[in-house]
Amino acid sequence: MLKQIEGSRAVAEAVALSRPEVVCAYPISPQTHIVEALGEAVKSGALAPCEFINVESEFAAMSVAIGASAAGARAYTATASQGLLFMTEALFNASGLGLPIVMTVANRALGAPINIWNDHSDAMSQRDCGWIQLFAENNQEALDLHLQAFRLAEELSLPVMVCMDGFILTHAYERVDVPAQEQVDAYLPRFAPRQVLDPAEPVSIGAMVGPEAFMEVRYLAHAKQVQALELIPGWADEFRRAFGREAGGLMHTYRAEDAETIVVALGSVIGTIKDTVDELRAQGVGIGVVAITCFRPWPLAAVRAALVNARRVIVIEKTLAVGIGGIVSNNVRAALPGSGAAVYTVIAGLGGRAITKASLAKAFADAIAGRLEATTFLDLDRQVVERVLAREREVRRSGPIAEAVLKEIGPVAARPG
Amino acid sequence: MAFQPIKFYQTGTFTVGNRLLPPEARAVQANMRRTNSLNSGHRACQGCGEALGARYAIDAAMSATNNRLIAANATGCLEVFSTPYPETSWQIPWIHSLFGNAAAVATGIAAALRVKGASGVRVIAQGGDGGTTDIGFGCLSGMFERNDDVLYICYDNEAYMNTGVQRSSATPPAARTATTPAVGEQPGNPFGQGKDVPAIAMAHGIAYVATATVAELRDLEYKVRRAMEFRGARYLHVFVPCPLGWGHASDATIRIARLAKESGLFPVFEAERGEVVGVSKIRKQVPVEEYLKPQRRFAHLFAPTPRPEVVARIQAIAERNIRKYGLLERTT
Repeated sequence: MLKQIEGSRAVAEAVALSRPEVVCAYPISPQTHIVEALGEAVKSGALAPCEFINVESEFAAMSVAIGASAAGARAYTATASQGLLFMTEALFNASGLGLPIVMTVANRALGAPINIWNDHSDAMSQRDCGWIQLFAENNQEALDLHLQAFRLAEELSLPVMVCMDGFILTHAYERVDVPAQEQVDAYLPRFAPRQVLDPAEPVSIGAMVGPEAFMEVRYLAHAKQVQALELIPGWADEFRRAFGREAGGLMHTYRAEDAETIVVALGSVIGTIKDTVDELRAQGVGIGVVAITCFRPWPLAAVRAALVNARRVIVIEKTLAVGIGGIVSNNVRAALPGSGAAVYTVIAGLGGRAITKASLAKAFADAIAGRLEATTFLDLDRQVVERVLAREREVRRSGPIAEAVLKEIGPVAARPG
Repeated sequence: MAFQPIKFYQTGTFTVGNRLLPPEARAVQANMRRTNSLNSGHRACQGCGEALGARYAIDAAMSATNNRLIAANATGCLEVFSTPYPETSWQIPWIHSLFGNAAAVATGIAAALRVKGASGVRVIAQGGDGGTTDIGFGCLSGMFERNDDVLYICYDNEAYMNTGVQRSSATPPAARTATTPAVGEQPGNPFGQGKDVPAIAMAHGIAYVATATVAELRDLEYKVRRAMEFRGARYLHVFVPCPLGWGHASDATIRIARLAKESGLFPVFEAERGEVVGVSKIRKQVPVEEYLKPQRRFAHLFAPTPRPEVVARIQAIAERNIRKYGLLERTT
């Protein structure tokens, strides 16, 4: 059924349609609307049987999900930013134990400085925690990826993180097609756990493993993710057959077949990039897009195949690996040995900084003209940075960094575009 | 074997052998059908109070739940010595997740059981004092506040024994640990305000809070059984001496636990909905020296320079407990 609803509400409906049995909630912007909607659904009886648990921290949220999943319940939670960091220890534990928990991450910047707006720093900081990471391009895909996530998680007995851009998607009202319960029931079988805490068949879960077996256990976690690379495209086909629309998969391309220049990105910015590419195509520029849906496991072969004929690859990154630059671009480079293509890292949109078509078009033109530096920061105010650095050279007690930058910028608040 | 009533003529002791009791009053451990939930062959040290306490507590819980029990375990000695896989001592469904989340994992298990309509299966969370009073304290308090249907058992050996005897918030004043060495002007753990977790549990108003020691195992069994009669959050704090960490003989575990109670340093009581409903009285009060002296962690209080003023401060703590809980029988 077509509905004009908020992204968070669309995800909440998808999760509810997936019949979760335990939902843990701890508030953090911008994911709160999702668990609020689920809480209401449970309390009103619309979603039953389901336990909705208001916990005291994100660490507890993931821990409750671990207990619930190990006891055989379909478990779900959502978080963002600092919340994801606070549950880090439990994230590694959930994946290490092989518990198929599904979690939404409403992508948001990490402090300090504290910032509630969108970028991918949170999810990227946990890229190696053993969870499958899927990134949604728009709200319809966010909804669809959640349906797939439960399927994927339970087939592989691995946790899945569905990442959607905070505010840009979570708070945007868009038209989404919400499937019927029967459709979802037909697509998503009941949870049949591989391991379960059951007095009738007692098992010990979470035993200590020493050097004699640790490598093998860890390898199996890796092998499962590699296995996911093989299975995900087939599941996307199955989803298309069941619901009549494209969603998920490892990645998709847009006008990339004959492109000399290919832009790689994840999440909602792909929409802006596609529009920019359309305009450049109209001007005769041979440019296309590779949109990554599945970031973990990293679809190395698929990315390599998509980029094999490109002369240059521009990676738009909503995250910064301090001290090196890009994260996605390093993964892209791993897929391009010996291709000779130049790989550009463009750090963009940190902390909710708007990524405009104009800025993207300029960056793409600079790359095509060979003027773009290997690592650049889109729309960085260099003058402010230079003034702050100069002050630090002159004054020993130069004060808190963020406050110094804000002082330089002056009372302008947010500057869209 | 048929029950044979035996007359009890012995006097001058508080110990009553199981064979002298009617079957319903006998200890779970004395029953041929005890579950050995924490089976023999684990790797605990000789004289481990925690292994003893856990075996009695879990078997009693199994007995009380008709063997329908799931346990969540915090990281710590109990976890490490019981599951060097592929060996496991646990004969019950058991999960270890992390150091600080046993209470939350148990909450999740209880929620899963509720949603599946398996409310006959009960949940226990257990950990040492570090996993309970320090790193797991947030999750513990959350579980209490929501009144989740979990019995949390803390086996308190008053320091981080698994990592090599470092101080925890349950370490008593003056005790030597690896991070509060017996050097300087005030050797051992400083006198702080303490962290009375049973009292904090009571402040949550939860259904049942009790303390016990491994010196009175029948009392421990009773308290587990009593705890399982309630629904909602419950807390049991068990005093478990650690020969390795405390520096006492491994055959002195029971005696040390008894002296902790008889000196007043560890009050043994039970409380319902935040109010004390029962106290194990001190039978024969002993000065705290008797408790402190057999333990090397307190050796610096007696030699080479005796520190009677520190012992007096510890005695004052015992006296405060005795007053607060009414641990002595009034003599009129």
